[in-house]
Amino acid sequence: MSETLTVRVNGTPVEVSAGSTVAVAVLLSTGVCRTSVSGQPRAPLCGMGTCFECRVEINGRIHQRSCQVLCEANMEINAHG
Amino acid sequence: MDSVAERSFDVAVIGAGPAGIAAAVAASESGARVALIDDNPAPGGQIWRGGANASHHPEAGRWLDQLSESGVIVMAGTRVFYAQNGALEAESDHSLCQLLYGKLILATGARELFLPFPGWTLPNVFGAGGLQALVKSGLPVKGKRVVVAGTGPLLLAVAAYLSERGADVLCICEQAPFHELRAFTLAMASFPRKLVEAAQLRFRCRRAPYLMSSWPVAAIGRDRLQSVQISDHHRVRQIQCDYLACGFHLVPNLELARALGCSVTDACVEVSELQETSQPGVYCAGEPTGIGGMELSIVEGQIAGYAAAGRIISAKQLLATRARYRKVVNAMKKAFALRPELATLAESDTLLCRCEDISFADARRYASWRAAKLHSRCGMGPCQGRVCGAAAEFLFGWTMDSSRPPIFPVRCSSLAAISSPASPASRLGGSQ
Amino acid sequence: MTRSADVLIVGAGIVGAACAFELAKAGLRVTVIEERFTSSGSTGASMGHVVVMDDSEAQFSLTRYSQVLWEELREELPPKVEFERCGTIWVAVDEEEMSEVRRKCDYYRARDVPAEILDPQALHEAEPHLRASLAGGLLVAGDSVIYPPAAASFLLEKAIALGASLQTGKSVVSLGKGNARLADRTTLSAGRLINAAGQFSPTLTPGIQVKPRKGHLVITDRYPDTVRHQLVELGYLKSAHALTSDSVAFNIQPRKTGQLLIGSSRQYDVEHNEVESAILSRMLQRAFEYLPAVATFSGIRIWTGFRPATPDKLPLIGPWLEDPTLYIATGHEGLGITTSLATGKLICAQILGQAPAIPPQPYLPSRQMVIETRVETHV
Repeated sequence: MSETLTVRVNGTPVEVSAGSTVAVAVLLSTGVCRTSVSGQPRAPLCGMGTCFECRVEINGRIHQRSCQVLCEANMEINAHG
Repeated sequence: MDSVAERSFDVAVIGAGPAGIAAAVAASESGARVALIDDNPAPGGQIWRGGANASHHPEAGRWLDQLSESGVIVMAGTRVFYAQNGALEAESDHSLCQLLYGKLILATGARELFLPFPGWTLPNVFGAGGLQALVKSGLPVKGKRVVVAGTGPLLLAVAAYLSERGADVLCICEQAPFHELRAFTLAMASFPRKLVEAAQLRFRCRRAPYLMSSWPVAAIGRDRLQSVQISDHHRVRQIQCDYLACGFHLVPNLELARALGCSVTDACVEVSELQETSQPGVYCAGEPTGIGGMELSIVEGQIAGYAAAGRIISAKQLLATRARYRKVVNAMKKAFALRPELATLAESDTLLCRCEDISFADARRYASWRAAKLHSRCGMGPCQGRVCGAAAEFLFGWTMDSSRPPIFPVRCSSLAAISSPASPASRLGGSQ
Repeated sequence: MTRSADVLIVGAGIVGAACAFELAKAGLRVTVIEERFTSSGSTGASMGHVVVMDDSEAQFSLTRYSQVLWEELREELPPKVEFERCGTIWVAVDEEEMSEVRRKCDYYRARDVPAEILDPQALHEAEPHLRASLAGGLLVAGDSVIYPPAAASFLLEKAIALGASLQTGKSVVSLGKGNARLADRTTLSAGRLINAAGQFSPTLTPGIQVKPRKGHLVITDRYPDTVRHQLVELGYLKSAHALTSDSVAFNIQPRKTGQLLIGSSRQYDVEHNEVESAILSRMLQRAFEYLPAVATFSGIRIWTGFRPATPDKLPLIGPWLEDPTLYIATGHEGLGITTSLATGKLICAQILGQAPAIPPQPYLPSRQMVIETRVETHV
């Protein structure tokens, strides 16, 4: 697929190929999805929706597993890293 | 309250990896109304993630084509979170469904085993399958220096896949020793196709040294990964890299089987000759019955699908094939058994539970998984113990025997919408 | 047989732990015997609300005394106990409930418990996520929230530091006359025995009128700053009162982690600990009526627990008349966490023959036996 689309991660536009997940968009920008309960930066681990490390806020909804959500044009992603 | 769509099927299949797809197709061949439910955005599970184009396996294309040509109702992006007698509650992003079924086939697959070591929580430390899944989901790896580590056939597949996409795979560190890997190769000689496939994989990542009896002892970096320390008993070497793809083979996803009360022994669901579990009408196929790879998953799925649809003769015709591939289970178990050193990698302050940031030392003080959960809060986070619990089973010898619903975290409104099934699902042969 | 201890306590839940704590402080040799592991019974399933209740003078007296004890202890409590004096707000939906708020306010103030009436505006400021058009509430600022398993462990650790011993994984098959006979055929003896076995107490001491009252709880993922106080509907008391039917009542607790703990439900005569969807659904829907946002929150775990309940809603704290060596400390229903410390003090005073800080009569186990005797003579 040669199509791309643009989402925003923490306000910054990120271009991803169509069919990419939100986790990929985050990895391409800040590289950090969330801050752990003791303050560590965290990024995706399992890539398949079971570890919950990749959680971000998508269009206002928190605790979304970014590796299981496909990017859509103009998505607002907040990675609280 | 959320409205719940009540949907009735003759056969419901949970998990759309090779086993689930094969089961659904087989069950639907005789006209049964079949649903295939999976949490991921599209069918394929892990090994066929991204569809036929993303996979080197010709079976992927064939089975996915058969799936789309069958009458199977595919419900993607849908997670089962609660099990009752004859009914499952499932949530997708915008809707709820109560699935009534005559027969149920669990094809919930497996996930990677992660073991803690200093620095394992750093960004850019991924699972081996994990990094592959992310690349299949659009992550570019061209020019990235990657160390692949852990254990199992997955390492080679991942290294090959990454190499083809332009990654600089610096090495493959397999913790199993040479004599086990040689024995495994000999055992696989009865499956020439698998040997050829392995050779092809190795060719595709031939530039990466394949190190045996080697395992990661630390991931180094401040806010993200900068280098990995690999030990082989004699020395520890430090390798600078961008990504670490590390997984210690696979553990079955048993949560739904346990919630349904299916008997589990040695972390595998017990099944009869026709893949039926201890719960009548509930079948299980693929990795949860024993990690055995793609071919075994497919044939088990077919047997379960035929059996659930009442086509016993068709099911029995596949028993010989299954017996052949079943040998892979023990061969893999032996070859990729975890060496004891892996239980000593974590330091006292290395985190075991990543959801709640509970250290190895804090969890280790307890005598059981239940006590550790209650007192250290290990396993009390959203992953519901899927990461730390599996590690704890190896590290401390505990059994993850306490499972509480929901099977998967869901919105409270979905929990409130669980209702008792109104009517038993139709039997095979009737249409609804 | 030589005595292995001065006091043998059966049950390492929060009540047994509090008894061990007090008795060890008083210099007695204490042994605690636990069938599974500490807090594996009701304590491990409980909500951890330290609350002053006014259902009766006796209940008030016990909860108030115990709440003060928790306050006195708070400086010593380690972070894992998660002590938070967040206060309780009793929420009123209509004018009828507001008059109950006023009555409650007068009752508490007359007894030196700080209480403040909140009008709808003040309620909204205190808890912005509560739905609009509520009638108001009562803020009882002195109530607190703790993590019960950590609190029980803390009390036991203190007792052990003072010489007490804890044996887990040991099942007691009979208890009485200074002896506890274990399932492994050994016998431990002590001058005094305490049955603090919660819902299992009647098995060890036949005649105790304690029945398990099942409850459900749901815990969410982390949503910090959404709820600040423990929020309870005024109808909670009606639910706690009902002696026979199943009931639910809105009761939500903010944990220090930012997770929300959602309750509450009560069922009699259900022995299995499986989650039951019908009552779970009722309980959650009740919660959504007060806090609509919770419907969208991620629920990560559901569990059940059994409250040891007595017919008159007061616990059993004191000597068992049929056996001079045996004391009972059980039947705390939904107030075990709150009243554990007071229970420990009362039991300790009774064992040492000292004057208890509050009148012990309402909680004496003998009140149940008197009822039984009366019934027998009428037959």
